[in-house]
Amino acid sequence: MTMDLSTRYLGLDLAHPVVASASPLSRSLDGMKQLEDGGVSAIVMYSLFEEHIRHDNALFDHFLSQGANSFPEALDYFPTPEGSTEVGPDLYLDQVRLASQALDIPVIASLNGISDHGWIDYARLLEQAGAAGLELNIYYIPADLSLGGREVEERYLSIAALVKEAVTIPVAMKLNPYFSAPGDIAQRLDTIGIDGLVLFNRFYQPDLDIDRLKVAPTLNLSSPLEIRLPLRWLAILHKRINASLAASTGVESADEVVKYLLAGADAVMTTSALLRHGPSHAHALVGGLVEWLDEHGFEGVNQARGTLSQQAVSDPDAFERANYLQVLESYRYP
Amino acid sequence: MDTTNTPIYATIDGNEACARVAYLLNEVCAIYPITPSSTMAELADQWAVEGKPNLWGEIPLVAEMQSEGGAAGAVHGALQGGALTTTFTASQGLMLMLPNMYKIAGELTPTVFHVAARSLAAQGLSIFGDHADVMAARTTGFGLLGATSVQEAQDLALIAQAATLEARLPFLHFFDGFRTSHEINKIQLIDDTVLRAMIDDDTVRAHRARALNPDHPFIRGTAQNPDVYFQARETVNPYYARTPEIVQQAMDRFAQLTGRHYRLFDYHGTPDAERVIIIMGSGAATVRQTVDYLNQQGEKLGVVTVHLYRPFAAERLLEALPETVRGIAVLDRCKEPGASGEPLYLDVGTAFLEGSNRNNLPTLVGGRYGLSSKEFTPAMVKAVFDNLNSERPRNHFTVGINDDVSQTSLVVDSSFDIEPSTVVRALFYGLGADGTVGANKNSIKIIGDDPAFHAQGYFVYDSKKSGSQTVSHLRFGPEPIDAPYLISSASFVGIHQFAFLKKTDLLAAAAPGATVLLNSPYPADQVWAKLPRPVQQTLIDKALQLHVINASRVARDVGLGQRTNTVLQTCFFALSGVMPRDKAIAHIKHAIEKSYARKGADVVAKNFRAVDQTLDNLSLVSIPASVTSDQERQPPVPASAPDFVRRVTAAMLAGRGDELPVSALPVDGSYPSGTTQYEKRDIAAFVPVWESGLCIQCGNCSFVCPHGVISAKFYDRQQLSQAPGGFPSAPLNARGFPDTRYTLQVSVPDCTGCGLCVEACPAVSPSRSGVKAINMTPREQIGHYANHHQQFFDQLPLNDRARVDFASVRGTQFLEPLFRYSGACAGCGETPYLKLLSQLFGDRMLVANATGCSSIYGGNLPTTPWGTNTEGRGPAWSNSLFEDNAEFGFGFRLSADQHLSLARRLLGELASEVGEELANSILNAPQSSETMIRSQREQVAALKVKLLALDTPMAQDLLSVVDHLIRRSVWIVGGDGWAYDIGYAGLDHVLASGRDVNILVMDTEVYSNTGGQMSKSTPLGAVAKFAAGGKSIAKKDLALQAIAYGNVYVARIAMGANPQQTLLAFREAEAYTGPSLILAYSHCIAHGINMQQGLKQQDLAVGSGHWPLLRYNPVLRQAGDNPFKLDSLRPRMPLRDYTHGELRYRMLERTNPDVAQTLGRLAQESVDLKWSVYEEMATRDGSAFQPATRTDNH
Repeated sequence: MTMDLSTRYLGLDLAHPVVASASPLSRSLDGMKQLEDGGVSAIVMYSLFEEHIRHDNALFDHFLSQGANSFPEALDYFPTPEGSTEVGPDLYLDQVRLASQALDIPVIASLNGISDHGWIDYARLLEQAGAAGLELNIYYIPADLSLGGREVEERYLSIAALVKEAVTIPVAMKLNPYFSAPGDIAQRLDTIGIDGLVLFNRFYQPDLDIDRLKVAPTLNLSSPLEIRLPLRWLAILHKRINASLAASTGVESADEVVKYLLAGADAVMTTSALLRHGPSHAHALVGGLVEWLDEHGFEGVNQARGTLSQQAVSDPDAFERANYLQVLESYRYP
Repeated sequence: MDTTNTPIYATIDGNEACARVAYLLNEVCAIYPITPSSTMAELADQWAVEGKPNLWGEIPLVAEMQSEGGAAGAVHGALQGGALTTTFTASQGLMLMLPNMYKIAGELTPTVFHVAARSLAAQGLSIFGDHADVMAARTTGFGLLGATSVQEAQDLALIAQAATLEARLPFLHFFDGFRTSHEINKIQLIDDTVLRAMIDDDTVRAHRARALNPDHPFIRGTAQNPDVYFQARETVNPYYARTPEIVQQAMDRFAQLTGRHYRLFDYHGTPDAERVIIIMGSGAATVRQTVDYLNQQGEKLGVVTVHLYRPFAAERLLEALPETVRGIAVLDRCKEPGASGEPLYLDVGTAFLEGSNRNNLPTLVGGRYGLSSKEFTPAMVKAVFDNLNSERPRNHFTVGINDDVSQTSLVVDSSFDIEPSTVVRALFYGLGADGTVGANKNSIKIIGDDPAFHAQGYFVYDSKKSGSQTVSHLRFGPEPIDAPYLISSASFVGIHQFAFLKKTDLLAAAAPGATVLLNSPYPADQVWAKLPRPVQQTLIDKALQLHVINASRVARDVGLGQRTNTVLQTCFFALSGVMPRDKAIAHIKHAIEKSYARKGADVVAKNFRAVDQTLDNLSLVSIPASVTSDQERQPPVPASAPDFVRRVTAAMLAGRGDELPVSALPVDGSYPSGTTQYEKRDIAAFVPVWESGLCIQCGNCSFVCPHGVISAKFYDRQQLSQAPGGFPSAPLNARGFPDTRYTLQVSVPDCTGCGLCVEACPAVSPSRSGVKAINMTPREQIGHYANHHQQFFDQLPLNDRARVDFASVRGTQFLEPLFRYSGACAGCGETPYLKLLSQLFGDRMLVANATGCSSIYGGNLPTTPWGTNTEGRGPAWSNSLFEDNAEFGFGFRLSADQHLSLARRLLGELASEVGEELANSILNAPQSSETMIRSQREQVAALKVKLLALDTPMAQDLLSVVDHLIRRSVWIVGGDGWAYDIGYAGLDHVLASGRDVNILVMDTEVYSNTGGQMSKSTPLGAVAKFAAGGKSIAKKDLALQAIAYGNVYVARIAMGANPQQTLLAFREAEAYTGPSLILAYSHCIAHGINMQQGLKQQDLAVGSGHWPLLRYNPVLRQAGDNPFKLDSLRPRMPLRDYTHGELRYRMLERTNPDVAQTLGRLAQESVDLKWSVYEEMATRDGSAFQPATRTDNH
C-alpha cells in the first residue's frame, strides 16, 4: 500500500508535511534547488526585511555624500551612479521569480515590514513576483515599557488585515509565543481571514559576555527539547480555527515531525536540522515519518494528524494545566 | 534671426556647460584630473559610461592618463589617427601639455582644449582662477578663445570647435577657474540642431583624410635642419591670417542659429565713449554692468571684451573702439614679472603702434586684477575708470589689493554698489558637513526651473578638510544674472551654525534692513542675551530683521535626525521673498517628492512634516534699542602668539586676508612653521577623555591620533604639587620608577572628534560596560578645567628623547609630535604616519611633499601643522609640484651630500685650529641612535663656538654648512596618484639612484584630494571616478617592482593592522643608507567608510590578504639572509569580508551586480596569487634575490 503523505497548508497541496523554514539556505537559487533536491515539500524563503533595506540605503547615501561640498577640490568622492543606487527588494523579488519558475515545489516568501506602506507594497510585489504564499515575520520586541499587550496584539492584527487586503495569495502569520493569550490572538487572526499560523517565531536572544562586559549576539540552533511549547499550542488550536497550522522549532529527527503531526500540524518546518545535517536531511525526516506511520498502522498523514490534539486525547486537561505537581514529583535529584 | 525651437534652459555650472558641447563634438577624450577642470573630464566619463552618444551617434572614448603630459601625448596621437579629440585641463596641467601643443599647432591639427583657467604655482600654489596658465600657452600657436560666463563657456566651446575644423588651427577655449567653472547659472542650452548646423561634416572628413594611414603613407614629425626649419615655420602664416575671419564667421552663424551674437572684440557701452577698459574672462561682465550703471549717470564709458586673443586681430580691435576714446585701461588677470607689461596690455599697445592712424592716440595704461580668484568688483571697475580720468593715470597698476610696497594699487571705494534691488541676494554660512551647500544647490535648481526666475550660485570653501566653513552666494531675480563677484550687500543672511557668530563677522555683508536667519538653540525670547556685543550692535545699526529657528530640534522631532537642510531651506523660501510663500512651499514639496520618492513614502512624509513644522517654529526676534552684551568676538589667535601670526595669520583666519597689504607677506613664499597650534578650532562635538585608572599606558591612542592631539608625559611625582585640581595622573606603568607619574593629555580644542583613539584602545573596564581607558564624551561636558589641565601639562618638562624607547609603540607617545593639528579629514588615515615620522626624525628632517591631500593639510595657508621643538628645530618642508616630488627630494639629498662633503673637508682642513680631537670626534661620530645624534649635536655646537671665534673666511664657509654634520633625514612623501601615476618615472629613477632617500607613499588607492579619481593603485573591482564600472585591472605592485632593484629597502605597512611593524619599518628605512620605499595603507573618506572604523578596515585589508605586510631589507641580503620578510599571516578571511565594508566596492554591487561578482572573483584570485608569490619569496634563500650594493650603515 502506498502511504499518502500529502497535506494541505495555506491552501497549497504539498507532497508531505516537511517544509524548509526561513533560513540562510534559501539565500540563493542554488540553495533553494538543493533544498528541493533534499526532499522538502515547500520552501519558506529567508525574510525580506524592510528595515534592513532602508538602513542599508541610508548608510549608502551617507557614505556616498560623506565629505561632499566641503572642500573646493573635491566636491564629491564618487562617480555619480548611473540611475538610482537605492536597493529595493529587487534582488529578493528576482529570486522569488526565478525560484517559482525553476522549482516544482511552492515558494513561500517571508516578509518583515516596519511601516504600513512597507507591508502593503512589498506584499504586492512578492505576489506579482510569483510567490505561492506569504509568511509575515513580525519580529518585534516590545521594549517600550509603556506599550500595553493589547496594543501589540492590535499591531499584529492590523498588519494581517492590511496584507490580506492587499494580496490574493495565502498569507501566514508567524506568531511569537509571548502573548498572554495565544489562543485568543490566533482566533482573532483567524477571524480576519489569515490563512495559516506558524508556531512559533524563535527570536534570537542575546547573551552576555561576562569577560568583556558586553551584550553578545548569539545564534543557537534549536533543539528537540524546544518543541514542547509549539506542540502544546498546536494541540490546543487544532480544529478550533480555520487557518492551517505549521509547526516550527526543534525538529531534529522524524520523531519531532511525528509529534507535531499528532498534535495537529498541517506542515512541519525545519531549519536547524537542515543546517546541521544538510538539505538532504529532509529525505531522512520524510523517510522516518513514513516508517513511523507504517509501523503504527496509519494510512497517511491526514489520518494521523491531530490524533493527540487536545480535542482528541482522553485527558484534555493535560494541555491546559501544567500538571506541575505530577511533574515535580516525578523528578529525581541526582 | 533665431531659428531654434523653444529655448531649453538648464541651471548648471560652467564646467558642465562646456563639457556637454565638447563631449557631443568629439570622438576621443584623453584627460587627467586637475582642479578646477576635473568636473569636465568626470562628466565626459560619466556620460560615456551611461552610453550617451556624440553628435554622430558614437560613444566617445574617454581615457584617463597618468599625467597631463600623457593626456596631451594621447591627444596628439589620436589627432594624428584622425579622431576628433579633446582634453580638459588647467594650470600646471596645461604646462605639462605645452610641448605637445607646439607640435599639434605646428602640424595644423584641429582640436579644442578646454581650460578652466587657473593660477600657476609660483611663490605658492593656488587652485583658484586667473589667466597665468592660458597666457603661458599663448606662444604655442593655439588659437585662444575666452568665455566670460557660464553661458559663454557653452557657446564658445561650440564656436571654437567649428572654427578649429575650418581653420585647422588648434584652439584653447578657456573660462575663469572657479568663478565660471564652478558658478551655477541658468543658461539656454544649445540643441543638437544647432550643433549640426555649426559643424561642417566635410571638415571632419578632411581631418580624417589628413590622418596617418598605411594605405597612403607619409611621415610627419620630422627632424629639420638649419636649411629649412625657418622657412617651414613660416608656412603656416596664411592659416593664422585667415583664422580671425573664420572665427567671426562661426560667431555670426551661431548668432543666426541662437540669437546670441559674439564678436572677436565685443564692444559694449556708449558709442561716444571716452574711457574704455579692455579685458578678457569673467571680469568683462563686471565691467559691462558697471559701465551701464555709470553711463546712466552721465558718464561716457565702454568696455571691449576680448574673445579671440590668439591669433590677435589687431585691426579688429581698433575697429571695435569708438573714435572718441581718449583713455584705455587694459586689464590682465596675470602677472609677468620683469616684463614691460602684461601680455594683453602689450598686444593692445602694439596694435595702436602698428595700426592706428588716429591723430591723437588715447592714453593707454595696463593693470593687474583678480589673481587667484581675487575679487573683481564694480567698485574696482570704477576705480580703474577713475584712474583714467586723472591727470596722470597710473600705469602698471594693481586693483583689488593694497600694494604698499611698490605703490601700484588704485584706491577703491568699497561702498560703491550697483546691484539692482530686483535681485534677491542671499548669503549662507554653514559647515561643510551640515548640508548647507547641497541644500542651496537644490534651491537654485528649484528656482531656476521656474520659467519666471533666473538663478546664480557660487560657493566659497575654506582650506580645511575637517570642520570647514562654507559660504554660499545666491542670487535670484526675473532677469538673467551675470554678476561674477561675491555678494557684498545681502538682502538675506542665513547663519546655519550659531557658533560662527562668536568668531567671525557674518553680518558685515548684510544690507540695511536685511533679513537674517539664525539657526539657534535658543528661542526668540532668549537669543538676544546670547549674542556677542558686535552682533547686537550690527543688528541695531543696520535695522536687521532677525529670525530664529532651532532647526536641529525640528529635524529631530520629525524623525530626520541631524539633517537640518530641509528645515533651513524652507526658512529661506519663507523669509527671502524670492517668490510668494505658498508657491515656494509648493516648489519645495515638489522637490522633496522628486528627491525622496524612491526612499519611501514615509521619508517624503517626514520631510513634508519638516516643511510644515518649520513655519510653526520660525520666530521673529524683537531687537532692543540698545546693546546689552559685553561679550566680544573670540580673537582668532591668542595674544601670546608670535608677531607674524598675530599680524598676518590671524587676519587670514578671521577671513580678513584680503585686507593684508603686500608688505605683510613674505617675498619668497617662506612662512613660519607650527602655526596650527594657534588656531584652536574647537570643531568636535565629541572629544576623548582619559580614564587614568584603566589605562595601561600602551600609547596606542596617541600613536593613531591623526591630529596629534593626544600626548603623554612621565614626570616626577613632586611636580603634581603645583597641579590644578582634578589634574589626572597615574603611576608610570614601568618597573623601577616608583616616584614617576604618567599623564595622557587631550588637547580638546584641536580635536576633530574622529574616535580612532577609542577604537585603538585595548583597555576595557572590568566593571563598567563599554568603558575603555579613553572614551568619547560630549564636548559641552568638558568644563573649563580642561584649559588649566592643558596649561599645566604643557609646562611639564618634555621627556628626554635619550630615555625613550624608540623601538616600541609605547615609547613613541613620549616623543613630541612636530606635525599636529592639521586640517585633514577627521579620522584621516595618512596623518598618523606623518606625525610618527615627525616624532622619530623631525628635528633633522627634510620633507619633499608631492601635491595632493598631504600638501594641502600640510601647507595650505593660513597655517601649517609642521612644527618645531623647544630648541626651534623641526621638519623643513616644501612642495614643488605633483609630478616631480621624487626628484625634488632627491635634490635635497644631493645638496645635503655635497654640503656634508664640503663640511667634512673644511673641518679636516681646520682641524688644527678647532682642535684635532673635536674634529676627529665629529668626523668619525656614529649617528645611528638618538643618543649618538644628541652627542653629535653637542660636538657641533662646540665647533660652532670655535668657528665663530676664528672668524676666518674658511671658518665662515664651514659655519655655512656645519649643520650638515648632523645626519639629515630626507623624506619624500605623497599619495598614490603621485607615486603610481604622475610621478612614477621620477620615483623609479630615484629608487634606482642608490641615494639615501626615504620615500613614504600614503596609499589611499585613489586620488583623494581631487575627489576620488582612479589611480594605478586603485584595486581591482573598486569603483572610482574614471572607473565607474569597477576597475578591471589589478593594482600595481610597487613593492615587487622596487624589490627587483635589490638595493631598495621596501616595506608595506598598515598602522591599523600592526603598529609595531609600522614603527619598525620607519626606523629600518631611515637607518638604511640607500633608497627606501614605504607603502602605507591609508584609509580614506574616498573609500566610503565610517572613518572611525578606519583602523579596523586596515586590519581587514591585511587579514584578507589585500594588503600583506612585508619588509625587504637589502642589509639582510648582504649578510646572507633572506631579505624578504612577510609580516602578516596567511589570509584568514575571504577578500569579501574586507571589501563588503567599503562603499567603493559595494557601489558596483548595486549598479552592476554581475560585473561586481565577476570582478570580486578575479580580485580574490589575484589576492591568492599574490600571497602565494610572497609566501614563496619569504621562504627563499637570500641568494635568490638581487645582490645589495650598499653596505655602509650609519
